Amino acid sequence: MLAFILRRIIQAIGVLLTVSLIAFSLFRFVGDPVNQMVGQDTTPEQRAEIRQQLGLNDPVVVQFARFVGRAARFDFGISYQNKQSVAKLIAERFPATMELAFVSALFALLAGIPMGVYSGLRPHSWLTKLFQTVSLLGISLPTFLIGIILIFVFPVSLGLLKSFGRQGVVDLGWWTTGFLTREGWASLILPSITLGLFQMTLIMRLVRSEMMEVLRTDYIKFARARGLTNRAVHFGHALKNTMIPVITITGLQIGSIIAFAIITETVFQWPGMGLMFLQAVQSVDIPIMAAYLLLVATLFVAINLIVDLLYVAVDPRIRIAGRPA
Amino acid sequence: MAMSEPAPHAEARASAFRRFFDSDLWFSFTRSWVTMLAALVALVLVLAAILAPLIATNDPFDPATLSLLDGSKPPAWAAEGEWRFPLGTDQQGRCVYSSILYGLRISIIVGFLGVLLAATIGITLGLIAGYFGGTADSIIMRIADVQLTFPAILIALLIDGTTRALFGNQRSETTIFWVLVISIGLSFWVQYARTVRGSTLVERNKEYVQAARLIGLSRPTILFRHVLPNVTGPVLVIATINLALAIITEATLSFLGVGLPPTQPSLGTLIQIGNEFLFSGEWWVVIFPGAVLAGLVLSVNLLGDWLRDALNPRLR
Repeated sequence: MLAFILRRIIQAIGVLLTVSLIAFSLFRFVGDPVNQMVGQDTTPEQRAEIRQQLGLNDPVVVQFARFVGRAARFDFGISYQNKQSVAKLIAERFPATMELAFVSALFALLAGIPMGVYSGLRPHSWLTKLFQTVSLLGISLPTFLIGIILIFVFPVSLGLLKSFGRQGVVDLGWWTTGFLTREGWASLILPSITLGLFQMTLIMRLVRSEMMEVLRTDYIKFARARGLTNRAVHFGHALKNTMIPVITITGLQIGSIIAFAIITETVFQWPGMGLMFLQAVQSVDIPIMAAYLLLVATLFVAINLIVDLLYVAVDPRIRIAGRPA
Repeated sequence: MAMSEPAPHAEARASAFRRFFDSDLWFSFTRSWVTMLAALVALVLVLAAILAPLIATNDPFDPATLSLLDGSKPPAWAAEGEWRFPLGTDQQGRCVYSSILYGLRISIIVGFLGVLLAATIGITLGLIAGYFGGTADSIIMRIADVQLTFPAILIALLIDGTTRALFGNQRSETTIFWVLVISIGLSFWVQYARTVRGSTLVERNKEYVQAARLIGLSRPTILFRHVLPNVTGPVLVIATINLALAIITEATLSFLGVGLPPTQPSLGTLIQIGNEFLFSGEWWVVIFPGAVLAGLVLSVNLLGDWLRDALNPRLR
């Protein structure tokens, strides 16, 4: 068990170092960092001095070590475009993306699980067919198209909800939240549905197939033979056992929710990290690109690690077999 | 390959046509009206893309024929519509119907080339990793693991950002086109590599491979002439499903403004242009390209599902 945890942690560090190397190469070798920082009329001597100050004349290994050391302290340098500290820019936008991701994941779970349970229990009902059609659309339609359709239907045609930006935000000092006002919710709902729809269909399909599988097992037959009510069999016995994979997949999906937020945030002009990253790509603002890459990688790796460890803790079969899934 | 396997009663010299219509594949195709409908939609859209110059009513990219007076016209069946512009025009007076035909063409070509590149990279690396094992295997699979931690769209965006830094922000349309193809190719190769590696591990110890080695064939010949044909079954399924994903990725990148420019728009670019006019009530500029994109992706997805079920009953 301890060996397993250690191995996973070493693997996670390996992935993070690889990503840091990519981020570092972006920063160091794609375009000249000095040229990006100085004006047109800077003399070659001044440039050389800045180069020296930034430590760009040191051996590359030393520079990489310094880059990693700084990144560990959330120091990603200065944005080329805004001339502000990247860490500060990210900190400003972090709450917006996190609230969006949280509400999307919640929506995906609260809608996906009941739909999955129902279609697993009644595979031939017309409602199940409807759910399956919706899920096919959720997988096939690009995220941005779903966003546009929602904007067209609700704010443009019906005059409901908000389609633009993050409104009604309350500043708590260390965090900004849209949860406290009506306006905040009105502007949060459509982006969250857009972002969560894909995850919802994923969870629905997963719960459905797990339910159908579990319902065929012997202990369900036994529970029925004992004369338990349908309700107890379905929810007490069957659903409980489908929850482990659902929790795993949801955990793993949080990472891709954050990445797909790039698209949703663009459609709804939501002032989060994704929109910032996209603007950085368009204006070749490499410090922001590198920082975002590292941040997303860290989130991904951390979530993967936690899910793996939880999995072992929850499911004793994995522990005994000694082979992690 | 399961696809061309003759049914037991077929004559040994039956033509390829005959074998195809006798196969399980064709049988399962004729049994599902959803699949047939999807095939029909896909066929119509591909034909429309190929025949774009013939069936378009205008040339939307010839500035000489554009007139601002024709701008913002609704579809032909609406009160102010004209049959010159069956699906209306955008604010610049570009015909929506003709733009969709040309955009469809670009979307399909980029998606197809992207998948082709991804499959080529993935199959080659998968064969190498599976056949040779050892260091090559662990290096390739480590890279695959790291890349799997990131969604394809993020990788594509990063590649785009890097090329912007290298070539400057004023890239030509051709550069952007190939950057898109390469982004998609490099984002999707992992799945092919993993699948091909898995099947190669099984194949490499079979007798026909040993025989090929014994008669002294070179390694590339063994890999590509003997092992490759036996591992392509699952690749075909992945490629079909990936084609839908690649088209979505291209459309998304273009929609985000890092893909094809309005001078050579794909469906994604058209949707992006249309999105700006959504609030002024010109719904046709965005809804029609959106519907075509959705129809294309949906039908390709359905065909992919059918191929998967028909070629690989275990996954059903």
